[in-house]
Amino acid sequence: MSIRFANKPGLVAYLTAGDPDLKTTHAIALAAIDAGADVIELGVPFSDPVADGPVIQRASERALARGTRLADVLELGKELRAARPDAGLVIFSYYNPILRFGLEKFCSAAAEAGMDGVLVTDMIVEEADEYLAYLAKHRLAPIFLAAPTSPDARLERIAAASKGFVYAISRTGITGTQKSLAADAESLVKRLRQYTNLPIAVGFGVSNAEHFATVGEFADAAVVGSAIVALIEKSESADAPSSIARFIQGLRAPAMQAR
Amino acid sequence: MASSTEVNKTATLSQSTTGAQRPGRFGIYGGRYVPETLVAALDELEHAYAEAQGDPAFHARLDSLLSDYAGRPTPLYFAERLTEALGGAKIYLKREDLLHTGAHKINNCIGQGLLAQRMDKHRIIAETGAGQHGVATATVCALLGMECVVYMGEEDMHRQELNVYRMRLLGAEVRGVSSGSKTLKDAINEAMRDWVTNVRTTHYLLGSVLGAHPYPAMVRDFHRVIGKEARQQIQEKEGRLPTAVIACVGGGSNAIGAFYEFIPDKNVRLIGVEAGGRGPKLGEHAARFQGGAPGVLQGTYSYVLQDDDGQIALTHSVSAGLDYASVGPEHAALHDSGRAEYVSATDEDALAATVKLARMEGILPALESAHAVAECIRMAPSLAAYEILLVNLSGRGDKDMGILSRELKLKGA
Ligand SMILES: Cc1ncc(COP(=O)(O)O)c(C=O)c1O
Repeated sequence: MSIRFANKPGLVAYLTAGDPDLKTTHAIALAAIDAGADVIELGVPFSDPVADGPVIQRASERALARGTRLADVLELGKELRAARPDAGLVIFSYYNPILRFGLEKFCSAAAEAGMDGVLVTDMIVEEADEYLAYLAKHRLAPIFLAAPTSPDARLERIAAASKGFVYAISRTGITGTQKSLAADAESLVKRLRQYTNLPIAVGFGVSNAEHFATVGEFADAAVVGSAIVALIEKSESADAPSSIARFIQGLRAPAMQAR
Repeated sequence: MASSTEVNKTATLSQSTTGAQRPGRFGIYGGRYVPETLVAALDELEHAYAEAQGDPAFHARLDSLLSDYAGRPTPLYFAERLTEALGGAKIYLKREDLLHTGAHKINNCIGQGLLAQRMDKHRIIAETGAGQHGVATATVCALLGMECVVYMGEEDMHRQELNVYRMRLLGAEVRGVSSGSKTLKDAINEAMRDWVTNVRTTHYLLGSVLGAHPYPAMVRDFHRVIGKEARQQIQEKEGRLPTAVIACVGGGSNAIGAFYEFIPDKNVRLIGVEAGGRGPKLGEHAARFQGGAPGVLQGTYSYVLQDDDGQIALTHSVSAGLDYASVGPEHAALHDSGRAEYVSATDEDALAATVKLARMEGILPALESAHAVAECIRMAPSLAAYEILLVNLSGRGDKDMGILSRELKLKGA
């Protein structure tokens, strides 16, 4: 169990836990791992996801309507860990559900569930002293976001505080699919590279094989979220795991051919 | 609200690690909990604000607009008939309702509008609940020649329809928000999403002492003028300070503006009035200090109405401007230290206070402000005649005519 990108480029797949229900998320996560996802980000649904576009907002609403709780997401993580000992597993959340659960209690439970890392969308390095201390105590990798608007001095702090990988946001904006990748992404990865040897994963808007291949040219991995969540939204629950597996294989196919 | 006490006990963010005061903190509250993309813009704003504070030209322009355009200073009015009718403390009203656009909100909008100009950002976005902040923002954008987009929950667009027309007339684009409870919190979410996307060209003109640092301190500073004037005025009129300063608390901007100069005056009670809505059940009110627990919402650590899973609760108030699940972090600190007290007034109390003030004094308060009036009406009779209650009348009630006619007809008034 660790965050390793065995494939080049690596793939981080985001899933909103509990959308459409926890059992289906479980099946989708296994299918995604088996189809070549190196890391699964298990999204904790939140009532006020300010960093997310409509696709993930709707997924959160569906998961919450089903009564999905942080404790359920940790339990799901534990099951996935048991089933796939080598997969990278990361909890992805807004801060308030974690605070409410109790920061230390959360870290201890996440470690016990065999999670590798934690990404909190609204946690920035300046606010992270206590957060980092508890993550370190429980050997969880803190994954921070780096943005195109972050000046170099911040990128240096972000790189220094991160473990596992650094998440480079491809553009200013919220999560969601887009037609073409912003030019912001490549220059951000270059700037970030000055400060870290950790893998750099590019996310926000990576939604098809072409984007995936493009990201592979300048970064170690791509994060695919909204495109997967949108596909889950469109699929019948029973078909969702196989559609996601096909989608992930399709992301990699042209990159394989190019080699 | 039995469960809320348990909530308070389990609240995290231990005091031990926050002993040293970090920038943007009020005690343990405040801070910056935002997507990384926004941090550079918050830094830029903090910097521009610090520079402006040291620039006499900025203050000269701000002061001149506050007086000649907005109508400052506002009067401190002795409400003689209301005082007599209640038969207790002397009641004074700080008349922010007389400002241009009809509420205190314009103080902050002029300040931030000038700052946006300094930062060379010509697109302004804002959220609004009651529509007063939206109207004030649209007004300042017209004045300064800037593009203006206002996010407003669809429920609020319906109940504050007149203000929607006003904003559009002033040239602003009003974007309805249909997520969540379709009120202020949801409008802030959507404004934040816009800001994350357009941060390089856009200033987010936040309308209360909420959000990430530097907003709570900056917005407070733009409203401090309320308390500065009031403190001087009451001394001129009465030769002494009031027993209590009373203000309604939505995000808390008019209240912190009214309170701030009085904080060192330990004998002056500071009383914030939250929306008690329809009752104490979670979802039926916006009394964060009664039913809430510390948490992070929309960039800041403060009291938040939430469930046991940290999901933000729905809220209700007859007044759109108080209908919000969190409260400014400086109020959270004033609450915990005991320097300020927070009480609530129900929808019914606020409606009754509206009618009473209209009929006794010929002043129609905003439904938000009516919550402060309600607390004053409750307190005054039990106080001696030499005591003074100073109520911040944050806005006027014209915007509420639709809802007043519906609600009061229901009650057969
Ligand atoms: C007249 C008036 N008073 C008070 C408020 C509440 O805001 P705050 O608590 O920031 O003063 C509003 C908000 O819309 C308002 O319009």
